[in-house]
Amino acid sequence: MAPSIEAVELTKRFGSFTALDHLNLKVDGAKCVGFLGPNGAGKTTTLKMFTDLIFPSEGEAFINGISVQNDRKRALEVCGDLIETPEIYPSLTPREAFQMSGALRGMRSDEIASRTKTVLEEVKMTEWIDQKLGSFSKGMKQRVNIAAALLSDPEVVILDEPSTGLDPRGMAEVRTIVRGLKKGHRLIFMSSHILSEVVDVCDEVALLDRGKLLFADSLSNVTQRLGGAVRAVEAEFVSPLDETVLVAQIGAFPEVAAWSRTSPQRITLQVKGGSVEQARLLERLAAMKLGLLSFRESRSALEEVYLREISVGDGA
Amino acid sequence: MSADSTFTLPEAAAPLPDGALGKIPSTVSQALILSRYQFRDYLRSRRFILMMGIFLAAGAIITTVVAYYRPSGLIDNANDLYGGLWGGGALFVIVFAGIIFGGDAIAGEFQNKTGYFLMGLPIKRTTVYAGKYLAALAASIVSLLVYLIIVTGNAVYYLGAGAFSVPGPLIESFALTLLYLLALLGFVFLFSSLFKTSAYAVLVVAVLFLFGFSIIQTVVIDLAHTEPWFLLSYVNAINAYPLTGVPGHIVTTRNPFTRATITTYNPTYLEGIIVMAGYWLLTTIGGLFLFEREEFT
Repeated sequence: MAPSIEAVELTKRFGSFTALDHLNLKVDGAKCVGFLGPNGAGKTTTLKMFTDLIFPSEGEAFINGISVQNDRKRALEVCGDLIETPEIYPSLTPREAFQMSGALRGMRSDEIASRTKTVLEEVKMTEWIDQKLGSFSKGMKQRVNIAAALLSDPEVVILDEPSTGLDPRGMAEVRTIVRGLKKGHRLIFMSSHILSEVVDVCDEVALLDRGKLLFADSLSNVTQRLGGAVRAVEAEFVSPLDETVLVAQIGAFPEVAAWSRTSPQRITLQVKGGSVEQARLLERLAAMKLGLLSFRESRSALEEVYLREISVGDGA
Repeated sequence: MSADSTFTLPEAAAPLPDGALGKIPSTVSQALILSRYQFRDYLRSRRFILMMGIFLAAGAIITTVVAYYRPSGLIDNANDLYGGLWGGGALFVIVFAGIIFGGDAIAGEFQNKTGYFLMGLPIKRTTVYAGKYLAALAASIVSLLVYLIIVTGNAVYYLGAGAFSVPGPLIESFALTLLYLLALLGFVFLFSSLFKTSAYAVLVVAVLFLFGFSIIQTVVIDLAHTEPWFLLSYVNAINAYPLTGVPGHIVTTRNPFTRATITTYNPTYLEGIIVMAGYWLLTTIGGLFLFEREEFT
């Protein structure tokens, strides 16, 4: 059986406010799925119901086919999770906290010791193994929390914005860790609003807005959703670009739908079509020998889709 | 695309490793594991050190006062000495320990977010409740034993070997004190489950046990002229009976000057045991009921 998580008609209401509205989503297999959405979309609410921290108003959440609501102990057995930024008892050390967590999961002592070493190495916290958690910074605690979620080498990993509280280096390390997790037969379900993070580590994405699932698909299919759409690229040159060249030559290229100058050396071009057209435009600009310094999409394909879908939801 | 549609993401399935399931310890084992680490957390906490400091200071004051006044009714024999120092003192120790270790036991899981770590593990909420209850019980018993050592130290000083002449009554008294501790912790855990803020839980329980129940007891006796058998703070007095003897259940005396009748109520053994056990049972069920339904929002 492949690791899986499934939401069936999962709904959560807080009074008259519907935080999650009949979510139906099944994810299975070894992969990393990004759970995207703006603040207040219902991401954390969903993950909390998958870990039984809150209870659905309707519907059920399943992990490996076992209902979290009916049998949390069995359902969470295969699951490692990190929801928000949890605190571990401050007078315990990471070693003791992991001994407790491992023992509660039924791991053998030698297994706990070995895994503790491995996961703390992964989050670069080995030297803090015997220091009390109460003295740790938020970032350090988050690293330990990530390590704790991985302690039992779980088949299903649920991460709620794991980069929260980490510095840029820490964020990069989290991405490396998640990429490393994908090497095993493991399902990773990760909420985030950092699109670059999702593009970097996830194979598939599900987009949630105002409690409703807008789409769930592979990243490549999401990019294809942009077929026919106009995408913006930014081009930078070593010296100021002549107005005549910009208007008469660059603006006249068949791939360019519109252009604007953001600085004397930098322009933004609206490109008709997809990656092929972008590549052709790059070749044309390079052939002009104007001192092209950089050429990149101003927003990623995922970001384009994200903003488009969210704005549709806004009625824009 | 409809939000109500079911999306199934395509990808190859991978087999689960053998023996990955079915190794989680039993509920009882998990409760014991959790209580062990929670107890360790209590022992290392500042509040435990502070409480021990208070008990030692109180012990020193009691020792000094007794040494200075040498009240004949207190230091003449072991029954009187233990009855006087242990009987009433242990009840205060329990109230302090219960408030300190139990007041935020459940509320703290929400307020301090430690629950997000704990409840993400494959463990039932009942198990978490039981584990934390056992840890608070163990920490309170440690406090009680420290106080017992102080009292015994006084007894040895005044009575020598005679300090150990009442092992049976002392054990009985200790058992009844434990029953009170169980009931009090049940009560404290109930309030701790009711609030998501530790300070509220601690404050309500402290006010109730340090003042509230005493006021209610006075009102019930003086205004309603009824035995307050339903109050935990009334029935807990039975813990001293094995040492001091059982007083009359309802004692009526007449003031020789005003000729007014004064009625004094004393709980019976049976009354005390049933009410304390009832409190323990009902508050534990109530606390569990609340905790099972509380959300980590």
